[in-house]
Amino acid sequence: MVKRVLAIILILITGYWLANALAQVPFGADKMLVGKYYLENVKEQTGAVNAVTAVVVNYRGLDTLGEVTVLFIAATGVAALLWRKKRERTAKSEGSVVLQTGSKLLLPFIMLFGAYIFIHGHLTPGGGFPGGATIATAFLMLYLAFREYEIPHNVFEPLEGLAGMGYVAVGLIGLIIGGYFLFDWIWQTWQLGHANIGRLFSAGFIPIIYTLIGLKVGTELTGIVDNMVKEPKEGGQ
Amino acid sequence: MISAYYFGAISLILIGLYAILTKRNLLKILVGLSIMETGVNLLLISVGYVSGRTAPILTEGATPQTTVDPIPQALVLTAIVIGVATTALALTVAINLYEKYKTLDIEKIRGLRG
Amino acid sequence: MIDCVQCIEYLIVILMIVSAIFAVEWRDLLAAVVGMAAVSLFASIAFFLLQAPDVAMVEAAIGAAMSAAVFIFAIKRTERYESEEEGTGWWVRW
Repeated sequence: MVKRVLAIILILITGYWLANALAQVPFGADKMLVGKYYLENVKEQTGAVNAVTAVVVNYRGLDTLGEVTVLFIAATGVAALLWRKKRERTAKSEGSVVLQTGSKLLLPFIMLFGAYIFIHGHLTPGGGFPGGATIATAFLMLYLAFREYEIPHNVFEPLEGLAGMGYVAVGLIGLIIGGYFLFDWIWQTWQLGHANIGRLFSAGFIPIIYTLIGLKVGTELTGIVDNMVKEPKEGGQ
Repeated sequence: MISAYYFGAISLILIGLYAILTKRNLLKILVGLSIMETGVNLLLISVGYVSGRTAPILTEGATPQTTVDPIPQALVLTAIVIGVATTALALTVAINLYEKYKTLDIEKIRGLRG
Repeated sequence: MIDCVQCIEYLIVILMIVSAIFAVEWRDLLAAVVGMAAVSLFASIAFFLLQAPDVAMVEAAIGAAMSAAVFIFAIKRTERYESEEEGTGWWVRW
């Protein structure tokens, strides 16, 4: 009980401090400094219409590479900590008929929708991260519906590695052509797609990198689900 | 007068902090951590909001003077994905602790050290 | 005439806080995870109202679906009920 009272006092102090600090930051006022520069130059410098995508992939591409690395390390850690010699699914019952038929019917459409989200990331809201999560959700539904289902590991694991390597390779080509890592060589050197800003074939390497990120996020989240759903076999260690 | 979104974000952070400080179940602590993360994301997005402007997608009709700040949105976009991966890693550690000690109570786990 | 966008904002923030309190206080961990997913879902609507459609999509796909699924797999492999000597707080015990 003492612990609870102490925690409430600490929370009240923290809340008062946070509220006082946020009273200096007016809600809804224009506080942009760097954002204004990005918004004014985004169409000429990157060709993307969606400014959030341009910041994520082009202006701060190295940051995103770091985030993808953190994701990879977390997925590897999950796989390493849950590794046992013999593992199996332990679900007692199959999914219902509605779930089984629905998940089989909807799988291609959900994957198509995910691919649409990450290919059109520079035009519409979305991009590689929500697209990959949508694809992972489709496989999660298959795992819930079928007791014996297993993802094709010999497709998923090479795809994950190749997507990560492809991101670094695109950056290295930029280093060779333009002089710094993740230089947008398609947009700035080859000048491809300058005539059709706002259509699909524009924005330099943003669709390529977002496709790679979408594949990587999708395969890694599916791998996390696959590792967490399987339990060690009785007796086997 | 504080804005509704600031109030909601601070409330989520404090509720998560309360769960982390007082609960003894490991999974409940992770639920609190997840709620706190949502609160921080909401706070970042509401700091970047400019009232009366549209989303930062520069199609016809939207000029740089009529859109909100894109940088907090770009930060939060990646932070959410990293958040779920690290939460999965923490849950994996909790599963391994349960397999070793047969309990999720952190005080009993601490008592069984050595 | 009441400004109705503001009504929706207040409604969403109140629902979010109530779900968060329930998620923290419910002893059944499965119910707590559903409360956490509800917080993410209401936060996703709040992101959309704050003109951040990208973040709203990520939050709806990951916060509400993937995160809850990962928690439920962990609960399946451990135990479902939280055992605390102190009971639930008086504000949710009915």
